[in-house]
Amino acid sequence: MNQFVFADCTTESGALAQLSQNAKDGIVVKAGGIDLLDRMKEGLESPTKLVNIRNISSLRGIRETPEGLHIGPLTTLTEISEHPLIQSQYTIFSDACGNAATPHIRNMATLGGNLLQENRCWYFRSKDYQCLRKGKEICFAFGGLNQYHSIMDYGSCPAVAPSSAAVGLLGLNATVELTSAKRGKRVVGIKDLYVMPEANPTKFNVVEPDELLTAVMIPKPAAGTRSAYQKYGEKQSFDWAIADAGVVLEMDGNVCRRAVVTMGAASPVVRRSPQAEAALVGKPITEETARAAGKASMEGAQPLSMNAYKVQMFPVAIYRTVLLAAGQMGRDPRAAG
Amino acid sequence: MATTKSHPAADAANSTPKKTVKMPYGVPGYTLQDVERQVPTTEPPVLPVNADLEYIGKSPKRWDAHAKVSGSGRYTADIQLPGMLYAKFASSNVPHAKVVSIDTSAAEKVPGVKGVFVIENLLGGARLLNPSLEVSRYPIVRYAGQPIAAVAATQPHIAEEAALLVKVQYAPKPFVVDMEMARQSDAPPVFPGPANQGGSAGGGGGASDVPQTGNIHGPAVHKRGDAEQGFKDADFIVESKYTTQVQVHNALETHGVVADWKPDLLTVWASTQGTASVREELASFFKLPKSQVRVITEFMGGGFGAKFGPGNPGVVAAALSKQTGAPVRLMLDRKEEQLSVGNRPSSDQTLKIGAKKDGTLTAIQLISFGTAGCGTGAGCAGPATNLYQSASLHTEENDVFINAGPAAAFRAPGHPQGAFALEQTIDEMAEKLNMQPLEFRDKIDANPVRRVERQIIRESALWKSRNPVPNADRGPIKRGVGLSQSVWYRHIEMDSAAEVRVHRDGSVEVLSAVQDIGTGIKTVMAQILSEQFGVPPQQVSVKIGDTNYPVGPNSGGSVTTASLTPAVRDAAWQAAQKFLVSVAPALGTTPDDLVLTKGEVHSKSGHMQPIGFRRAAAKMDTSEVSAQARRVPDYDPKHYDTYGGVDVAEIEVDTEMGIIHVKRFFAVHDCGRPMNPSQVINQINGGLIQGTSYALYENRLLDPTYGLMVNANLDQYKIAGARDIPQLHVQLVESYIGQSSTDASGIGEAAGIISAAAAIGNAFYNATGVRIRSTPMTPAVVLETLSKAPQRSNA
Repeated sequence: MNQFVFADCTTESGALAQLSQNAKDGIVVKAGGIDLLDRMKEGLESPTKLVNIRNISSLRGIRETPEGLHIGPLTTLTEISEHPLIQSQYTIFSDACGNAATPHIRNMATLGGNLLQENRCWYFRSKDYQCLRKGKEICFAFGGLNQYHSIMDYGSCPAVAPSSAAVGLLGLNATVELTSAKRGKRVVGIKDLYVMPEANPTKFNVVEPDELLTAVMIPKPAAGTRSAYQKYGEKQSFDWAIADAGVVLEMDGNVCRRAVVTMGAASPVVRRSPQAEAALVGKPITEETARAAGKASMEGAQPLSMNAYKVQMFPVAIYRTVLLAAGQMGRDPRAAG
Repeated sequence: MATTKSHPAADAANSTPKKTVKMPYGVPGYTLQDVERQVPTTEPPVLPVNADLEYIGKSPKRWDAHAKVSGSGRYTADIQLPGMLYAKFASSNVPHAKVVSIDTSAAEKVPGVKGVFVIENLLGGARLLNPSLEVSRYPIVRYAGQPIAAVAATQPHIAEEAALLVKVQYAPKPFVVDMEMARQSDAPPVFPGPANQGGSAGGGGGASDVPQTGNIHGPAVHKRGDAEQGFKDADFIVESKYTTQVQVHNALETHGVVADWKPDLLTVWASTQGTASVREELASFFKLPKSQVRVITEFMGGGFGAKFGPGNPGVVAAALSKQTGAPVRLMLDRKEEQLSVGNRPSSDQTLKIGAKKDGTLTAIQLISFGTAGCGTGAGCAGPATNLYQSASLHTEENDVFINAGPAAAFRAPGHPQGAFALEQTIDEMAEKLNMQPLEFRDKIDANPVRRVERQIIRESALWKSRNPVPNADRGPIKRGVGLSQSVWYRHIEMDSAAEVRVHRDGSVEVLSAVQDIGTGIKTVMAQILSEQFGVPPQQVSVKIGDTNYPVGPNSGGSVTTASLTPAVRDAAWQAAQKFLVSVAPALGTTPDDLVLTKGEVHSKSGHMQPIGFRRAAAKMDTSEVSAQARRVPDYDPKHYDTYGGVDVAEIEVDTEMGIIHVKRFFAVHDCGRPMNPSQVINQINGGLIQGTSYALYENRLLDPTYGLMVNANLDQYKIAGARDIPQLHVQLVESYIGQSSTDASGIGEAAGIISAAAAIGNAFYNATGVRIRSTPMTPAVVLETLSKAPQRSNA
């Protein structure tokens, strides 16, 4: 039986003390519990101790700072998506959080949990498959059912990046603060938060067992910044992204001075598309330039046996989201969320 | 599907005295007339059309709505008995194997475990005709997720843990989970010889008198007229291939039972569509007299055809209860539900039809293959056989065995698959003939009710808004409107009975073992008593879902309302006559002089002023009168009715993304006399939603390398959510058929599930000018389909 100790913490230091104890094996941090509960039910995770950080009030909340935003990792996706300042100044981020999962899940799910959830590949998620990500030899997706998997930069495991919030945060050049009782704090960029399967197949992120994700920091966008995020699934309600796009545009009049284009469901780690960005910078945002950016984003795509259709969807997701960010097209009523 | 069974009562009915009555027949406002029927003299007076009734045909609120929304209704999982144990299956995680040994010792040692049961007689799926071809102590594992054993423990989590400790040693066999591969001559055989599967009360199962070659069980061949000649006579022939996926039932409540084995009575609470079927099969399995088996279904969280009989959960829970001497609860989890208790088979259909220039349909030929896993029942020729009966017909249906969970009847077995191919092919032919979809169907479909339904469609704003030219929109988002017809059949379960009691305090109650699977039969039963006694439905006591009451029909094949309501009305009428006999002395007159109408007792002779029902009841000469009635045969058994509907879908196709958005359905349906229109519309809403979900999303995915289902959950097995559900506008057509004392029919299966995918398919063609011939219509399928389109200028 998976009997475990439930350590209910109300302070950051209390939680860090729990994590810094010697027996680190089997200690798992629980925030909203959304992803963790699923993994425990499937038998993928059998913790000896659950460190419940859900009730640490100091880790929850959205604060405006001179540099931008400071967000507690226990802030829920709903709180982020409904925050007026985030909606107006950091739209890509409120869009990404507001279109994840379902309203019920968004009410429970925390930002930190969303960023640190493990991948959703059905082979990884089944206890019957001992895959590469569980420290074994084989990835089953390459020769198996891979219609929802990565189309680029996948290396040895093509499961896609699961966090929509990360797609938004990458676009805003956000960082996270990781805290350890022994080593203190360190700051890591969103992109560097994640570990590519080649680097370490069983590690999804750089958070060490004694560390807590204690803050998310987003720099204040430059004047003239507009942004948006949209995702597309098979269903409109409660579906994972098949194709998604985050777009941040710094406009100078009608000319794009700087562009960031991010994608989640294309690869195992959230990615920017320098090719798409280059197609926009220095040009006016028009349907033509937006489509060119979409097309450029698929440079280097190598679809698997069943997911070539995603290479058709991403450019459309990007072009429509570029125009949405630029205010030239409405939110797509057929997008998911 | 259930069929009208030959029944001793039917023979008896032929010799019962008859009277001639005039009944309404046809569709009010279109074809209504009177028809003469010979009916037993014991039958109640003919009901007029709904417009002339007070309670029947109206939509009082659901009788048990409060219990459902407040949580006081007790579902199977809510049953708590003293000392109850919780059981959990240990299931196979390999798709095909002989079980060499099962070691339960570790599981038995877990503290709290009270019993372990190893399955030696597995239910479900096809069975080898010659069992000696496979000698094995334990059932051969033919699919991953097949139950092997079960553990009963004092707590659910103890049972879960102990089930993981049941050690099974397998001798693996080669397996196949892909139907195309299974059809090859060198494919691993799922069965070493011919195997058959019987149907359930809900239908399903395939032909048994057919050849079997390798994994191909069939063909079952049916002919009507000379199809070969029909194609020779045709000026145009359309032939295409269509494929559909496996759909899993996924009722909100999973399969499950609570079994309480006592020396003189086995009591079972079951999430079932048939209390009668559970009782019958448990009695047979354990060789108990039926009188010592009681089945209770107070509330039930839905069933689409897979919940008949006790199944493995019921048998195993009862066996564990017998073994441990304690009540045992066994509810499946969602994964077990998706793997082991049924599904809608896939199809691979080659459909060919021929027509003359004038629109005469000359021939239909359907060659189908489909997989029902390790069962049979993948036939899908129903629509091709029954929608357009003037054409000559040749159908060949084949089941293909694969190593997957056996299919079960699923809401209109075979029909969504069949209609998806047929109704698109009919549209394709109409275009060749330069005819419009409605015009062509008017020519080839003789059903008078669907003719009315097409007329309503023709006059609708939605149909009028349809651009008859396909692919007319120039932008990437293309709108399309398309329709499909559906057909279902009048099945009657003669084992349908009810008792009505009238008490001296003026209260009335109705009792039947029938279960309410969510469609609202309780409300309809109350309405019938209301109409008879003038008491509002909420004041009628409805007691159902218990085999202690008179036998009720199993709810499969859309039989419940059609079968049971005449028995309820007859019992109510007979109880009312006994009531008049009982009060006549105190009212100083004879029963013949009295009539009970609209809640008052009247004297025909004017002997007394009318007196209210409740006041009259107080004068009963006994504390209770009661009458039990069973279903009398349909009044005109020679006349075989079908029902159906015509459904129009409006969709938008995002041709760049490959996403189909279904915006709206306009659905026009008939089901005899609608007893409670709001509940009928509810079922059609549900059918259209389930049909949309089938058309666009749902798909059981089996990993070909290891033979496991990769999406046995509700996350990756995709079911339509709130934003995926179109606007639904349903119009009912009252269609009187003069067949019973209520003249009701069923709606569950004709309710949109048959036609939704086909209507969406025809709308897709209207939107894009390209035929989509495969479900689910995911972005991958849509983009692939559009890529094959002839290039058109988008100027």
